[in-house]
Amino acid sequence: MIVFGRRLPGMSSLLLWALLWEIVGQTGWTFFIPPLSEVLVTLFNVIGTPAFQKAMYETAYAFVAGVFFAIVIGVPVGILIGKSRLLDELILPWVNIFLSAPLTALVPVLMVLFGFGMKSIIITTTLFAIWIIILNSRAGVKQINRSLVEMAHSFGASPFDAFFKVYFWAALPEILGGVRIGVIRAVKGVIIGQLLISIVGFGALFELYSNNFMMSHFWAVLIVLFALAFSLSEFFAYLERRVSYYAASR
Amino acid sequence: MSQTNDAFEKSEPVDMDSAVSVRSVSKNYGTVEALRDLSLEFPRGQLTSLLGPSGCGKTTLLKIIAGLLEPTSGEILIEGKKVTGPGADRAFVFQDFALLPWASVIRNVAFGLELRGVAKSEREAIAEKYIKNVGLSGFEKSYPHELSGGMRQRVGLARALSVDSQVLLLDEPFSAVDEQNRRKFQEDMLELVRNENKTFIFVTHSIEEAVYVSDQIAILLPRPSRVSEIIRPTSFRNTDVENIRRSPEYLDIVDQIWASLRNYVE
Repeated sequence: MIVFGRRLPGMSSLLLWALLWEIVGQTGWTFFIPPLSEVLVTLFNVIGTPAFQKAMYETAYAFVAGVFFAIVIGVPVGILIGKSRLLDELILPWVNIFLSAPLTALVPVLMVLFGFGMKSIIITTTLFAIWIIILNSRAGVKQINRSLVEMAHSFGASPFDAFFKVYFWAALPEILGGVRIGVIRAVKGVIIGQLLISIVGFGALFELYSNNFMMSHFWAVLIVLFALAFSLSEFFAYLERRVSYYAASR
Repeated sequence: MSQTNDAFEKSEPVDMDSAVSVRSVSKNYGTVEALRDLSLEFPRGQLTSLLGPSGCGKTTLLKIIAGLLEPTSGEILIEGKKVTGPGADRAFVFQDFALLPWASVIRNVAFGLELRGVAKSEREAIAEKYIKNVGLSGFEKSYPHELSGGMRQRVGLARALSVDSQVLLLDEPFSAVDEQNRRKFQEDMLELVRNENKTFIFVTHSIEEAVYVSDQIAILLPRPSRVSEIIRPTSFRNTDVENIRRSPEYLDIVDQIWASLRNYVE
């Protein structure tokens, strides 16, 4: 952004919104919005407490495990249905249904099936993330240049080599795009899981703070969560840019 | 008994100089006949062009020889051995280059060897040599998107040469390359055929290009596809590259081919 001929650093618009938040908070217009400065002070006080660190650990554990399964299952499934017409016909409708389904409504079913513990939370997280990863991996494989496949075949590539040396790399830009969106969805999944299934982790903190009208605590945790999700998404965006040099010329 | 007879009959027409034989090959796509009962011999160590109007099945025939497509009936023999799929005895050069965009020039050139399990240092030494041969020294670490079309096809050519197959299959290799690069390529092809002692099968839609580079030109005509004529230029093959296009025989053959193809151009 360029203002009065000066180039402002990225995300400087955030400063403007932060200032607005502070002003609205200072006027005492609503208890719901405490001043940003107060939220930040609370944040630094809260961040060292055992309760917060336990919540952080529980959330991170469920999140990482959920995303791990979403990637490890989602990418191969996406590549396989992209390659096989039959599997595509069988599985694609389900992927599309679950992609647009209100997954929150399924969470009670998961609780019945898998209990009230960490397992259900991880599965919820995976369910939120996996569909877009499958769909993007499939799209990545679908757009592979036919002659790359023929090239690998004509030089005698084994199916294993073709998969890991051609298909995977050719689909990588789309796969990373899918993982990036999947990770953002997984943040939703893990919090919804922690609110609905068992009140643990950040979900428990949100519940606790909002029920007791501890708004500055509430916002502090939200800021931490937002910062984490944003950093992760930016990390995958960075990986995407790393491969973008060939995305346009496949 | 019948088997021995069969084998005898089959072995009889083998011309000792033939590296590749196409024996009454047909290819149908559903009800569409792409090729019908097509037979053709490819002399060893020479360049044979498959020339014809679009839709005459020349690329289909090349992919059948490559083992990428299966013929509906008939067979392909390479050095007397029946083709059942892609093999180490053939290497393919693609019209759109088919380079791995995420791999450097040297890895692309060595990719055929990599798939064959050749150790890294060994395959890179071989690749290095062919990169030099096609005139791309200094570009080993470059990526395909940093190269011009002509240079990319040199990478494709180096990859096909580095696996040291007896038969090179080229599918309109210069059609996506600009005119000046194409002329240079055509001159290089002549040198390659002379030096490499390989059998080249070259698909093109350019009459001039076919006559310029070929020892033998097979004219394919469509609906249904068949070999209508085989032309073997004689007089200008051993002259300098600069004089080929001035040779009366060259001009006559170009005219003659155009006369037989012009009716098939829509």
